[in-house]
Amino acid sequence: MTTLNSRIPEGPIKDKWTLYKDKINLVNPANKRNIDIIVIGTGLAGGSAAATLAELGYSVKAFAYQDSPRRAHSIAAQGGINASKNYMGDGDSNYRLFYDTVKGGDYRSREANVYRLAEVSGNIIDQCVAQGVPFARDYGGLLDNRSFGGVLVSRTFYAKGQTGQQLLLGAYSAMNRQIARGKIEMFNRHEMLDVVKIDGKARGIIARNLITGEIERHSAHAVVIATGGYGNVYFLSTNAMGSNATAAWKIHKKGAFFANPCFTQIHPTCIPRSGDYQSKLTLMSESLRNDGRIWVPAKLEDAKAIQQKKLKPIQIAEENRDYFLERRYPAFGNLVPRDVASRAAKERCDAGFGVNATGEAVYLDFAAAIKRYGTEQAKIKGIHDASTEKITELGAAVIEEKYGNLFQMYEKIIDENPYKTPMMIYPATHYTMGGVWVDYNLMTTVPGLYCIGEANFSDHGANRLGASALMQGLADGYFVLPYTIGDYLADDIRTGKIKTDSPEFDEAEKSVKDQLNFFINNKGTHTVDYYHKRLGQVMWDKVGMARNEKGLKEAITEIQEIREDFWKNVKVPGSLNEFNQELEKAGRVADFLELGELFAKDALEREESCGGHFREEHVTEDGEAKRDDVNFAYVAAWEYTGKPSEAILHKEQLEFKDIELKTRSYK
Amino acid sequence: MNLTLKIWRQKGPQDKGRMVEYKVTDISEHMSFLEMMDVLNESLVAKDEEPIAFDHDCREGICGMCSLQINGEAHGPDRGITTCQLHMRMFKDGDTIFIEPFRANAFPVIKDLVVDRMAFERIQQAGGYISVNTSGNTQDANSIPISKQNADLSMDAASCIGCGACVASCKNSSAMLFVAAKVSQYALLPQGKIEAKDRVKNMVMQMDLEGFGNCTNTGACEIECPKGISIENIARLNREYLAASV
Repeated sequence: MTTLNSRIPEGPIKDKWTLYKDKINLVNPANKRNIDIIVIGTGLAGGSAAATLAELGYSVKAFAYQDSPRRAHSIAAQGGINASKNYMGDGDSNYRLFYDTVKGGDYRSREANVYRLAEVSGNIIDQCVAQGVPFARDYGGLLDNRSFGGVLVSRTFYAKGQTGQQLLLGAYSAMNRQIARGKIEMFNRHEMLDVVKIDGKARGIIARNLITGEIERHSAHAVVIATGGYGNVYFLSTNAMGSNATAAWKIHKKGAFFANPCFTQIHPTCIPRSGDYQSKLTLMSESLRNDGRIWVPAKLEDAKAIQQKKLKPIQIAEENRDYFLERRYPAFGNLVPRDVASRAAKERCDAGFGVNATGEAVYLDFAAAIKRYGTEQAKIKGIHDASTEKITELGAAVIEEKYGNLFQMYEKIIDENPYKTPMMIYPATHYTMGGVWVDYNLMTTVPGLYCIGEANFSDHGANRLGASALMQGLADGYFVLPYTIGDYLADDIRTGKIKTDSPEFDEAEKSVKDQLNFFINNKGTHTVDYYHKRLGQVMWDKVGMARNEKGLKEAITEIQEIREDFWKNVKVPGSLNEFNQELEKAGRVADFLELGELFAKDALEREESCGGHFREEHVTEDGEAKRDDVNFAYVAAWEYTGKPSEAILHKEQLEFKDIELKTRSYK
Repeated sequence: MNLTLKIWRQKGPQDKGRMVEYKVTDISEHMSFLEMMDVLNESLVAKDEEPIAFDHDCREGICGMCSLQINGEAHGPDRGITTCQLHMRMFKDGDTIFIEPFRANAFPVIKDLVVDRMAFERIQQAGGYISVNTSGNTQDANSIPISKQNADLSMDAASCIGCGACVASCKNSSAMLFVAAKVSQYALLPQGKIEAKDRVKNMVMQMDLEGFGNCTNTGACEIECPKGISIENIARLNREYLAASV
């Protein structure tokens, strides 16, 4: 049986990473060029890793299912990236970023990893500026910062509402430099369909060329998975349509443990769904909570009238509004962490106070901010006795400067002007803290197989704080993996090129082809989306924002039934050797149908409420999540044994030496 | 609403391709354009017909994967958005909608509405970067002050999503707006100045090699650009190119 060894270095937390780097094995430059590394996924984690490994001298092959690395879904991250630069002089430090992240994650992350993340966060900003990432600046030419949820300092760097895009373009430009030099061989429109293990080590992959349908073998001395999260298990999420868990799930089936699948983030500020045809949900950046106030009507009759469109939000007087986050959490107000904000919105909507036709929406109101900024601007401009209209105009201009593109995006989707009437928002699946288990080196339980970025279970515990995903992706790719992978590859300098004509490659290719052939030949009755939507409904209803034993048990049975039906009756048109988008989706949904079950099983087993995982059986008297540190302060790492229902649980006990375990309170 | 769709179908790069008519019924005005396409595709698969291939991914207007020439306009009739953000409320019951791939010699069709935009990749590989290693051993970020005005202009140029609408909208199939956005982002920053001359020369050379047309200042690209990239960037590109060439 595989044993879990997190390989956390010795020494005080502040010195662990430095001491570790001083002692690792290095590969000399002449040997690096004889070592191949495969990187799957080209978002912030994969893109930055591929570029850095190529710069170091390794021969890198990078794979993306999109037509360009620049299109990976990291690009959609809006609000910003955290770093403990303390440019604002508001008391920030590595320790404070570390502390906030561990606390925000509800004490379910590994201290040593999170400290390292905080430690390299400042380097990321330096690096990105050197690459030409156009971060927002103030009039003195220095970098600007803003605040995000769950913290009391301003440490978030941003590039308008397009921070993820700009950081990804930075990593992409670094990749392009290496592609031009021939150090990265880029495979666009390719999907990894399995990993190949030889003598227990990851030595290559089987991939499908999505244009020609050709099945390809690629060998390497190490394989890095950087394929993002599994939020699309819910069908509707803020992920891209193509975001999938196939690479992560395939390596799980080949021996990589899968950790904490039930830790999934439901983001509070998304545009509510409008109909059954809906294909995805759109996020409105958390940065909006800097200036927006969240409320529902205080009176049930007002809520009913609004749902029936008999009343407009601006007609409801101030005293008849319930600013429920400010009421329940006065210290953090509208900037409580995401899990807390989402549950509070759900609680109000379940009680009947929702504000759209479906009853599943709350308001995010900018009127107060517009007035505040407008008054300030009038003063700056020396306008005395400014009219209400003038103040509104001046204030709206400030809001537009800060969030213009988000307001425009909202208006295009909902067809209402958010400068004049409050936005409607509702929680939606956004990010997955769970993922492939990795040790301190970011290596999975399979030697030579690494997992970075959102795809691993890593640093965010049970809940991720805003603007931390970009930080982790780039930290893993630029500054952590390039060191740790060298330590492993130092033993491989005499191995030579890995051959692809081995029985291991034959076998992996055969199983991939068998599955593809099955889909094409099955000629069933229902489309792939039909099954994906059914799975998503079960996940949302029973494994969503609030979970209980009965619902989870039902979910497991229902997912098994859907999966059985899928394998009997799925219909995939077209043929193998062509561009076939339905065939791509079929393989991804097949994996979600297994992952969903493990997800529910993990949620059932974790008999506590913490972070994004909320068990209705475990709440405090005032309805807050009740964590159980005595019994559940561990990482649940699942070993695949043939079926999700028979997965074996391994526990990595979490030790808190530098942070005191205590109830997470934002009151 | 009920609509008639005339959609470009093409089996592969060698196929000649043709317009095929489809009817869709009960389309909600709140649907996005691509959700309407999803509805059509689901019905095609149900009837054992092959669904229409089209590129899309993030569906929130930022990845640049989606394309489509809708009624002759890149990303359709609305302004400042990509096709995935286009909503059916822009159309009315009974409309006939023509849906084609982005057309340009440098963007060959892969299948149906999917085109190959690798030419953009190669242009960026020719110089769309600053040659700095990702070691983290760079100077402190705040040691390079940049005026807010230039930082903002650089950001505006950098917001290009590389979708190719500029090329599809241009009667010459010119990629000048795209290249100008990339060159401008770096030209406006002190970090980008060191390699500015080589960058602009190499990127323009690659652009010409790919078979894009020349710019004749018609400005269609600026109007159709989903991110509102200004043609002032093209003026900047010309200045940079001239300065690098003399």
